[in-house]
Amino acid sequence: MSLSVPDLNLRIVVPALIVSITALVVLLGELVTPAARKRWLGYTSLIGLLIAVGATFGLWDAHATAFGGMIAADNFGLFLTLVILLGALLSVLLSVDFLRAHQVEHGEYYMLVLSAVVGMIVMATATDLIVIFLGLELLSLPLYILAAFKREDGPSLEAGLKYFLLGAFSSAFFLYGIAFVFGATGATNLTKIAAAIAKNPSGDLLLVGAGLLLVGFAFKVALVPFHWWTPDVYAGAPTAVTAFMSVAVKAAAFGAFFRAFFVALPGLAMDWRALVALIAVLTMTLGNVAALLQSNIKRMLAYSSIAHAGYILVALVAMGAQGSSSALFYLLAYTLTNLGAFGAVIALSDGARERLEIGDYAGAAQKQPFAAAALTICLLSLAGFPPFAGFVGKFLIFSAAVETGWAWLAVIGVLNSLVSVYFYLRPVVQMYMTEAQPGWDGSATLTTRIAPLVALALAIAVVGVLALGLFPTPAIALATGGFVR
Amino acid sequence: MIPLNFYLILAAALFCIGLFGALARRNAIGILIGIELMLNAVNINLVAFWRYIKPAGATMDLAGQIFALFVITLAAAEAAIGLALVIAIYRSRDTVNVEDVNLMKW
Amino acid sequence: MDLIVFYLFATLAVIAALGVVALRNPVHAALCLAVVFISLAALYVLLSAPFVAAAQVMIYAGAILILFVFVIMLLSPGVDQGAGALKWQRPLAAVFGLALAVELILVLASAVLPAARGQYTPERLAQIGDVQAIGALLFTDFLLPFEITSLLLLVAMVGVIVLAKKRVRS
Repeated sequence: MSLSVPDLNLRIVVPALIVSITALVVLLGELVTPAARKRWLGYTSLIGLLIAVGATFGLWDAHATAFGGMIAADNFGLFLTLVILLGALLSVLLSVDFLRAHQVEHGEYYMLVLSAVVGMIVMATATDLIVIFLGLELLSLPLYILAAFKREDGPSLEAGLKYFLLGAFSSAFFLYGIAFVFGATGATNLTKIAAAIAKNPSGDLLLVGAGLLLVGFAFKVALVPFHWWTPDVYAGAPTAVTAFMSVAVKAAAFGAFFRAFFVALPGLAMDWRALVALIAVLTMTLGNVAALLQSNIKRMLAYSSIAHAGYILVALVAMGAQGSSSALFYLLAYTLTNLGAFGAVIALSDGARERLEIGDYAGAAQKQPFAAAALTICLLSLAGFPPFAGFVGKFLIFSAAVETGWAWLAVIGVLNSLVSVYFYLRPVVQMYMTEAQPGWDGSATLTTRIAPLVALALAIAVVGVLALGLFPTPAIALATGGFVR
Repeated sequence: MIPLNFYLILAAALFCIGLFGALARRNAIGILIGIELMLNAVNINLVAFWRYIKPAGATMDLAGQIFALFVITLAAAEAAIGLALVIAIYRSRDTVNVEDVNLMKW
Repeated sequence: MDLIVFYLFATLAVIAALGVVALRNPVHAALCLAVVFISLAALYVLLSAPFVAAAQVMIYAGAILILFVFVIMLLSPGVDQGAGALKWQRPLAAVFGLALAVELILVLASAVLPAARGQYTPERLAQIGDVQAIGALLFTDFLLPFEITSLLLLVAMVGVIVLAKKRVRS
């Protein structure tokens, strides 16, 4: 029996390949690295990720598929690859000293982060439901472990277990949906599914499948009413891990979400658009209202991430080129901003003791002006103030909605942004308008120096947020890439 | 030949029983067992669809069967990680009841 | 004949599945799960997918279930008492489960299903060889998912070690 291997076109998967190889190098390196030099594994990861960024730019405009049409390098997927790699780079920068401070400096950490990155890249660029699903699992499994990485710490283990149970539960829904779509169309390839739907547009099986897929995605990107695991998991996981998963998972999962619904299921748009619009309204509103009530900054950022998933969903409802490009820009802006915010939370902590209650931030501006300013800029950007990246992102999404006839959805989005200003400003007020209190350890607060790598990550995030806000045009031009069909 | 509906209804029944199990149990292992049932239901669907429907393309299409094999592999990986988490939690606090680890805190 | 086999194993699977979720003793639940796995393997044979049936028995019943039983024995979590449970949890779970079940079964019972019988008669499958065909596809058309799975298993292995290994304090 002779095997005829399809056109592999390995060039297309080079970014994912580089990250996989780096993961293996780090895993082997862990064996030979003495305990005092574990940070070199972090540096190795950074180098691998940077090379992958270069390779991704090298593929720009390639617009081709590989492995018999299972994965593609189109500008949509490549843009998301860049967002994911950027998120991973900043997260690793934040992690190196974080791991040391929390006494969990193990090389497996970086290996798991890099494997998750591979899964994310695969998920964002896959054009076949089987590969999307495997990418989803490859990104989820490492994150379950990373969430529980502080094994001696109760909340971290709890977060890991919760995230795992909910993740496995949602995977079952997602799979069941794929099975029905496969049954209804006879294909798992997105383009072939679209072709089969065009030929035979009705079908209960297909609707059930699309509905279950929607539930699966809704769990992964935390949409109401499948969001309730988010605050516990985000609050319990180590902060550096929370930072990573709050941005990179969203980029990957929304990438597959958009691709599946734009490429494979546009024929059913009549059926899902109104439902998704309703979910967007619920998600934005509930996320923002619940965030108002939080006193823990990680929980607040968790609810804020739910709200932001709602904004991105508005772009899904808008559909078309504008919908996808505004979502891409928003994901980039959100990645920089949210990582900046979590980075500032890490920078403002005192070694292994983190300041997580918003009240702990009193007077931070006097003690640590740089971190306080970074946190302020990022929170303002999340709230959507000009001239920061978040404003441009929201503007693009809401104008896409208005132009496609969903003005009411845009209005609700704007109203929600107004509500969000209140809770984003609370830490800012604490930092700038309140006198410093003695910290919970009895000493004066916020005196530790920021680690250089954390400072670097913060600087990159802040510069990025400002640059995207003031000169958004180049990034918008990059984000207009379409799909391979 | 048995109608395709029969297999699909069996799968739906198993999926829903698994769903009930996953939601009703408070024990992490019990929830995981419920999820395994749900994955099994999906596999019946995949294999039955493979057997009954006309694939859209490809001359030799075993996609349904192969997908089922990937799902089985994944279920094994998930079970291993889930049980490792359970053991880690048990070591740190002597319980496997999800209630004690606050799963239902909203 | 086929129909009798189907009814037999389908009924067995459903009853055992109900046992899995209803029995309080985790060991009994796990044993019921074994019955489900093996009934499904029989159904896969009926669907002329012997390799999936074998994998089902070997991996699900042989590996996953043993792992479950092992952990249950190791931790001996005891009987899951219904009392002290969140009061609304069971009824709510039942409502969700039943609602989905009714909806799915209504749709599936009435759905217009593809009439085609698929391209594989059992004779044709015997000709190409089930295992051989699957093996060939895994290394050609499904090479990418296959490689992703290998990384997935590596991650699972590393992860389990990270979580469960006794750490040497340095």
